[in-house]
Amino acid sequence: MAEKVLMKGNEAIAEAAIRAGCRHYFGYPITPQTEIAAYMAKRMPKIGGTFLQAESEIAAINMVYGVAAAGMRVMTSSSSPGVSLKQEGISYIAGCDLPALIINVQRGGPGLGGIQPSQSDYFQATKGGGHGDYHLIVLAPASVQEMADLTIQAFTLADKYRCPAMLLADGTMGQMMEPVILPEPQTSAVEKPWAVTGTQNKRPHNIINSLCLRPEQLEKANFERYEKYKQIEANEVLYESFMMEDAEYCVVAFGIAARVSKNAVISARKNGIKVGMIRPITLWPFPTDAIAAAAKQVKGFVCAELSMGQMIEDVRLASACTKPVLLCNRVGGMIITPEEVLEKINTLAAL
Amino acid sequence: MHVQYNCTKFVLHDCTDTMTCICKAYGINMIVFEKPKALTDVPMHYCPGCAHGIIHRLVAETIDALGIVGNTVGVVPVGCAVMAYDYFACDMVEAAHGRAPAVATGLKRAMPDRVIFTYQGDGDLASIGMAETVHSATRNENITVVFVNNAIYGMTGGQMAPTSLPGQVTQTSPYGRDIKTAGFPIRVSEMLATLDGPAYIERVAVNNVKNVRNAKKAIQKAFQNQLEGKGFSFIEVISTCPTNWGMTPSQAMKWVETDMIPYYPLGVYKDKYADVTGDIGNTGEVQ
Amino acid sequence: MTTQILISGFGGQGVLFAGKFIAYKGLLEEKEVSWLPSYGPEMRGGTASCSIIISDEAVGSPIIANPDVLIAMNLPSLDKYEPACVPGAKLFLDETLITRKVTRTDVEAFYIPATQLARDAGIPTLGNMILAGNMIRETGIVAMEGVEEVLKKVISAKHADLLQANLHALQIGYQYTKEML
Repeated sequence: MAEKVLMKGNEAIAEAAIRAGCRHYFGYPITPQTEIAAYMAKRMPKIGGTFLQAESEIAAINMVYGVAAAGMRVMTSSSSPGVSLKQEGISYIAGCDLPALIINVQRGGPGLGGIQPSQSDYFQATKGGGHGDYHLIVLAPASVQEMADLTIQAFTLADKYRCPAMLLADGTMGQMMEPVILPEPQTSAVEKPWAVTGTQNKRPHNIINSLCLRPEQLEKANFERYEKYKQIEANEVLYESFMMEDAEYCVVAFGIAARVSKNAVISARKNGIKVGMIRPITLWPFPTDAIAAAAKQVKGFVCAELSMGQMIEDVRLASACTKPVLLCNRVGGMIITPEEVLEKINTLAAL
Repeated sequence: MHVQYNCTKFVLHDCTDTMTCICKAYGINMIVFEKPKALTDVPMHYCPGCAHGIIHRLVAETIDALGIVGNTVGVVPVGCAVMAYDYFACDMVEAAHGRAPAVATGLKRAMPDRVIFTYQGDGDLASIGMAETVHSATRNENITVVFVNNAIYGMTGGQMAPTSLPGQVTQTSPYGRDIKTAGFPIRVSEMLATLDGPAYIERVAVNNVKNVRNAKKAIQKAFQNQLEGKGFSFIEVISTCPTNWGMTPSQAMKWVETDMIPYYPLGVYKDKYADVTGDIGNTGEVQ
Repeated sequence: MTTQILISGFGGQGVLFAGKFIAYKGLLEEKEVSWLPSYGPEMRGGTASCSIIISDEAVGSPIIANPDVLIAMNLPSLDKYEPACVPGAKLFLDETLITRKVTRTDVEAFYIPATQLARDAGIPTLGNMILAGNMIRETGIVAMEGVEEVLKKVISAKHADLLQANLHALQIGYQYTKEML
């Protein structure tokens, strides 16, 4: 087995991306994700790759668009305000059905907000973010190991479905160090005959384009894209189920909030409350079926998240509001404590 | 468009075409006029008198001349040339408004051995995409940028552009561009020439035969530079928009000469690899 | 068993580095570990802290509200974190920089003149590692054995010349007792 190394989450993303065969990185400095850029700046020139500090997040995502159009693995990373700037390019990439990876190491907002951890870009990440009907495949790591593993997974899924993917982390995940076993280097096995690599006078010209002025054609393109999304929803949902076998209550949380909630679940169990946790790993596609099944089993849910209540809407939808769903949240860079989650579990159990 | 006179032997026949007759008489296999291979058969949507067709052709002829159609990827803007991806026969990408140089940067970094060009208008390149323009220039990205300056937003129906002249009447400057509130036009070639990065910057026009010939030479040089790895090569082409200028095509060509070129003098603004920088005139005559 | 260690001081005192060293030592002893820094715009001189968890089980939340061990390298850090420590916590204080005593009676305090010892040893910037050495001795959370291997991992090749100095600092701290004075 490969050696365990102690690594920051941000660095684990960067190293995993390189091991996923990503040789092109474009970024713009913003806390708390700058280690990714720093790591790429150091490594890319040594392995014949591109590191480019773009003039803006907008330029960076459009450089990503260019490399993705050429059919190569490519990524950019930023944090909340920067990811807002990237939305234009993300919408184009989605509209052109190109694979690419966008990292969002979230911080508190709105506006310039703060630099401390947050999960308040959930809506932006899972509901589109930019203009038009589209989805990103959104993966939410809850450990440094997952920062690495899900980076690889994101590239794989992006290629498989010709779809941009996002790793939705937060400041804690980016800054913390944990032991990580780095994944083995790999290459994309997916053929990309659609890529604009030059016709070599052997085929008709390829066009990467999201413009479609005929409504009937644009509608058809959207319908086709959503057929693809149905496949993703059917095949790619990932979640962790923790102590759910006999659970009477269920905590739903992702990323850092799930780490905190796990402590609370363990404490509650010690107090004799049968509680479990569902941790969505893919935020889109959301583990709707798992939540729906849990809704039949448990008496209620606690949704723990670092936002004013964003994922809670998906929990309520998935459970069809058949059971109470309580929100346990802190925002602005504050992080919920296990005690706060425990208190909500107690409140739920007392209902 | 494709008119070919093709005869290989002398045959007596009923003649309806003088040229064919002459060809046949002399046994000449002669192509008088042909569409460049780098252009597709898709009919262009441009207005009568618009110079986009000329400029497309010059770019396509260059691609043909250099034999690079299979090795080239073009990036088109948002603006009147938005659908140029259908017109060029090489691989094409449609970029977001103003972002073509960033997209081209990505393409070139991913495929350094491919020829990457952008084709952009004044709103795209000099307004919303100015940052991308300046920074790709200062990085000396080894790409070719064709900048079509017609001093107006054409596609959206004739609004004021960053290059609209002082006093120019547009839909959004109905009383004429007021420099007090709307500022001055940007001379992009001059501005970019202040940077150390770019390899080659030239402003040309396509309002008469001589200028078209010069424009072709400049565009060809801008592509040749890329093949030689010389870096960022930028050709600003002073163009027309008779529809939104409210002129006939011939009036528009005249206005280029009387109003545009005096404000935007033609010439070479930067050539890192030349011993002597070309003269910059103000009459539309390039030395 | 799970131990939550909080190290806090001024930026530039090596708080994050000492934390990384301790976490890496835990990792090499095949324990589960996490290391979480405070991060902010202040690069030097502001308050810096990091949270290290060393456990036999998978680490849940990496955030420490109530430390079992506190290494305080300046007075604001003691003021801030003393009340948060669990009863029975072990507090390691840089006596050179912190003039007051611990007020709580339900915790165990160790006063080490780390900055002074570091100066005396000609390694003035390594008070952090002296405190770490003393913490290892008094808590046994990780072993002193094998620290050199860890230092090789946490000190970049560029600064390899500092390895011996760090080792020396750890040893000074590990051997330090009040009786020595």
